Amino acid sequence: MDRIAQAFAKARTENRACLIAYLCAGDPDFETSLEISRELIRAGIDLLEFGVPFSDPLADGPTNQQAAQRALEAGMTPARVFELAARLRGETAIPIVFYTYYNLVFANGVDRAIQATAEAGVDGVLTLDLPPEESDDVVTACRRHGVAPIFLVAPTTAEERLPLIRERAGGFVYYVSRLGITGERSDLAEGLEEAVAMIRRHIDLPVAVGFGISGPEQAAAVAAVADGVIVGSALVNRVKRHLGNPKAMLEDLGGFTRDLRAAMPRKD
Amino acid sequence: MPPTDTAAPASPTALPDPGGHFGPYGGVFVPETLVSALQDLGRAYEAARTDPDFQEELTHHLREFAGRPTQLYFASRLTEVLGGARIYFKREDLLHTGAHKINNALGQALLARRMGKKRIIAETGAGQHGVATAAVCAKFGLECVIYMGAVDMERQALNVFRMRLCGAEVRGVEAGQKTLKEAINEAMRDWVTNVRSTHYILGSALGAHPYPMMVRDFHRIIGHETRRQILEREGRLPDELVACVGGGSNAIGFFFDFLQDESVKLTGVEAGGRAITPGEHAARFEGGRLGVLQGCKTFILQNPDGQIELTHSVSAGLDYAAIGPEHAYYRDRGRIGYAYALDDEVLAAFQKCAATEGIIPALESAHALAYACKRAPEMSRDQILVVNLSGRGDKDVQQTAKLIDPEAPAP
Repeated sequence: MDRIAQAFAKARTENRACLIAYLCAGDPDFETSLEISRELIRAGIDLLEFGVPFSDPLADGPTNQQAAQRALEAGMTPARVFELAARLRGETAIPIVFYTYYNLVFANGVDRAIQATAEAGVDGVLTLDLPPEESDDVVTACRRHGVAPIFLVAPTTAEERLPLIRERAGGFVYYVSRLGITGERSDLAEGLEEAVAMIRRHIDLPVAVGFGISGPEQAAAVAAVADGVIVGSALVNRVKRHLGNPKAMLEDLGGFTRDLRAAMPRKD
Repeated sequence: MPPTDTAAPASPTALPDPGGHFGPYGGVFVPETLVSALQDLGRAYEAARTDPDFQEELTHHLREFAGRPTQLYFASRLTEVLGGARIYFKREDLLHTGAHKINNALGQALLARRMGKKRIIAETGAGQHGVATAAVCAKFGLECVIYMGAVDMERQALNVFRMRLCGAEVRGVEAGQKTLKEAINEAMRDWVTNVRSTHYILGSALGAHPYPMMVRDFHRIIGHETRRQILEREGRLPDELVACVGGGSNAIGFFFDFLQDESVKLTGVEAGGRAITPGEHAARFEGGRLGVLQGCKTFILQNPDGQIELTHSVSAGLDYAAIGPEHAYYRDRGRIGYAYALDDEVLAAFQKCAATEGIIPALESAHALAYACKRAPEMSRDQILVVNLSGRGDKDVQQTAKLIDPEAPAP
């Protein structure tokens, strides 16, 4: 069993949902990003999702745009992101996945990029602007190198498209719980339970839910219906809040993550 | 970069394929959230395209509101001064709102109305597409939000005011280099969020399918009229057509009906900016390579890692890192040739056109004129060169007043 499947299986045996943390790799800089990742792992996340900073992140809200900007200004490149992941892989067994944009995967050859991803010990790749229809090169490379190709499902995804996704998807399904870009929201999306049930009818992979989950209450509500809860902007905002004060940053992030975990108890 | 695909040309109307591909270019590279909306749009457009009532309505508004057909004008003094080919201007600058952009804005607004969408968003660079969109939204009573880079808002302040007069909300974009690319990112973010109520009127032959095809089709009228008009005037086809290329909507619309006339040379002119060095220009075929940006696969200015590079052009409308995918396709086949014009050459042509013909062109269109100024003298006096004068320069006078001294001898 691969690391992603193991993480979901472990959570399932503990009768709880997986906690998935999104961070922008290299935000605010390489070393701090490494420390933040270690802190979140200590605080109990089950899977780490690294955003690969891109100059034009059109699916991201201001929080993640600014994080990518900070990382790029601090000298992050795709090569440095591989290095960051590889450093963590040497220390932890939790799955790591990339959240990226297609031009970064395409720029120097899809197969080379996926091979480098595998060599860095990264378990999956979610390419935001790559719908299944255009994904054959990436899926082929992923299968060759043992990396899970992760796909999005959105509230606007017609049920007829799910078989198209099933044929290609690996790891888990990333359900975008609401229309729009990434960012914290105070309310929870409607129709979530029905959407997750619809996905499960077609795709035999864990379903994780993200986009707009801002705190423990929402995490708990999502955990009640999905296999995984993805928290991103709420973490990235905490990085931003404590720029220049890494000690406070790590304390806040660690505390918040423990609160999220505590809010997602066993379902029994 | 050498061409990547040089198989025999397909019939122009057979492209793109159902997935939106022009050979290896184009496609649909967007987040899953938008896929259904693009598919709905593709179906709605296909139904409208083949519906005589829709075409009749569009033709009516193009005539009554936009002012079609536009003149094919013989530029006699410029011809004389340059001493070569007979130069004609296709006067898209005479259209209502001042540029070819109204052709597409009208077409897409009518389509949005058919689809029951009451809110319109658009991006704009020079502001010409924004003004055209704001005008048609006022005319049809649609809510209108325009995204524009903060830098462009400053250099095209007049157009910002025009959009607001027409009732549009203009939202400044502060990200990145604050020009067209960032405005498109922001418009796409809005569309992802409001996709159920909103239609995005993309303003160039760019982005995900069906936009490159649809925008091209709405501008085909330019070349269609030109072909008829030149045959009436000269009794034969021209020797060369030239148009500026940002995303490339005026150029592809102008060229399309001539693609199968092998005797007609077709030339697109990109923005050479200050020089062809990274960050100083927007000539994608000079400094770019294959990549994916904002929905389609095409030639893109990018660094070795795939991060999108900064661009520069004196004209906001051409200041963009990607070129429309259909242009990349016809370049591979050698059917359309591409050149570039530097900012200085563009300003000289801008001034020369005003001084010899009494016509102030848009800085975008002045790129095509800059090429014509070099090319016409190489051609013989019985040859014909047609320039697509895609927009008028009223919007550019404030900016150029700082760059040009009209009292100085003409360059």
